[in-house]
Amino acid sequence: MAVEVDVRGLSCPIPVVRAKDAIQKNPGKELKVILDNKTAVENVSRLAKNSGYSIKTGEEGEDYTILMTPGK
Amino acid sequence: MKISPKWWIILGGAVFGILGALAVNWGNPANMGICVACFLRDISGAVGLHRADVVQYIRPEVIGFTLGAVVMAFAFKEWRPRGGSSPIIRFVLGICVMVGALVFLGCPIRMVLRLAGGDLNAITALAGLIFGVLIGIVFLKRGFNLGRARPMSHTAGAIMPGMMVVLLVLALAAPAFIFFSESGPGSLAMPLFAALGIGLFVGVMGQRTRFCSVGAWRDVFMVRDFYLLSGVIAFLVAALVTNYIAGNFAADGFYSWGFADQPVAHTDHLWNFLGMGLVGIAAIQIGGCPLRNLILSGEGDTDAAVTVLGYLAGAAIAHNFIIAATPGGVSEWSIAAVLAGWAFCLIIGFTMRKA
Repeated sequence: MAVEVDVRGLSCPIPVVRAKDAIQKNPGKELKVILDNKTAVENVSRLAKNSGYSIKTGEEGEDYTILMTPGK
Repeated sequence: MKISPKWWIILGGAVFGILGALAVNWGNPANMGICVACFLRDISGAVGLHRADVVQYIRPEVIGFTLGAVVMAFAFKEWRPRGGSSPIIRFVLGICVMVGALVFLGCPIRMVLRLAGGDLNAITALAGLIFGVLIGIVFLKRGFNLGRARPMSHTAGAIMPGMMVVLLVLALAAPAFIFFSESGPGSLAMPLFAALGIGLFVGVMGQRTRFCSVGAWRDVFMVRDFYLLSGVIAFLVAALVTNYIAGNFAADGFYSWGFADQPVAHTDHLWNFLGMGLVGIAAIQIGGCPLRNLILSGEGDTDAAVTVLGYLAGAAIAHNFIIAATPGGVSEWSIAAVLAGWAFCLIIGFTMRKA
């Protein structure tokens, strides 16, 4: 089960800060980030790729999700 | 061929830099082809919020930034009215950004243009900006945030774009109650529709690439992400090269390298440093530079809209209370205001953390 990180409503750059925290606290685990704007999706996606995760983005209703899996 | 986001921001930043440099040749004040803080200050004066009669003009570029973003937000389904993330704090932080910018005499974008025009005071300011950004990052790492925004009505989201339309009407109709400078920087302007066109282009480009002149430095130091900075560097290089090609560094041109006698600038190094430092920390706390907030206000972000109102209020305060620097340097009120701004940002940094 992926660790959930809900960053909806948080303005730039807090989504990146929260995702980075989650990466550091959950090494080797799958993370699911829930976001509400595309800028944050792009920023967190870049962070995930730079941190060695493979990502899968999706949409859930009005929100966006990024599933981050450790390893390329 | 598909252009990757990284190349888009470099391309966008470069075209922005070329336009920012040439805008001076087309009529805007020297080293002020584009200055978001200066232009908001001119608007604040044009509507009579301050009475510094040399800096009053409704700058169409600013209108274009927001309205260009509106077009792209709708085109790419990114129009999302939202707000409620500590608007009163954002308003005051907006004032702080403006106070810092008007003590240095320019926002982070004009800082880069000043450097591209040979003004070495911009280097002192850049050091200050990075200093402010680094302190902002310390707070971010401690859990600083201004709280979550909530979805809001389309009506709320439309307020700032609507205000920009009203400003455009006022610029075109030029009623007697709007002030237009007859001398000084406020009197120097390129033709209205050309300025609006550049503003729209920057708004469109900025909305798509997320260009941010403060976030650029933050991302490098915080997460080693060079995406935004690559746009700022392209902006600097393009403006510098354009200034040389356009002959602006020639003997009879606008610019020469040095600290002294630069256009609309002063050499009080400490206050250039701390003024731009205040811009850095306050902009980090708000989440972006003045251009970025104008663009976000075009996506329906009402917190960004309140921040823009803070900038306008800050410009009025800066000129009404003799805080804004002049080419002669800073006043004792400039010093007091910058220190007060720093104190406010530190209090906000220490007290606003996640529950």
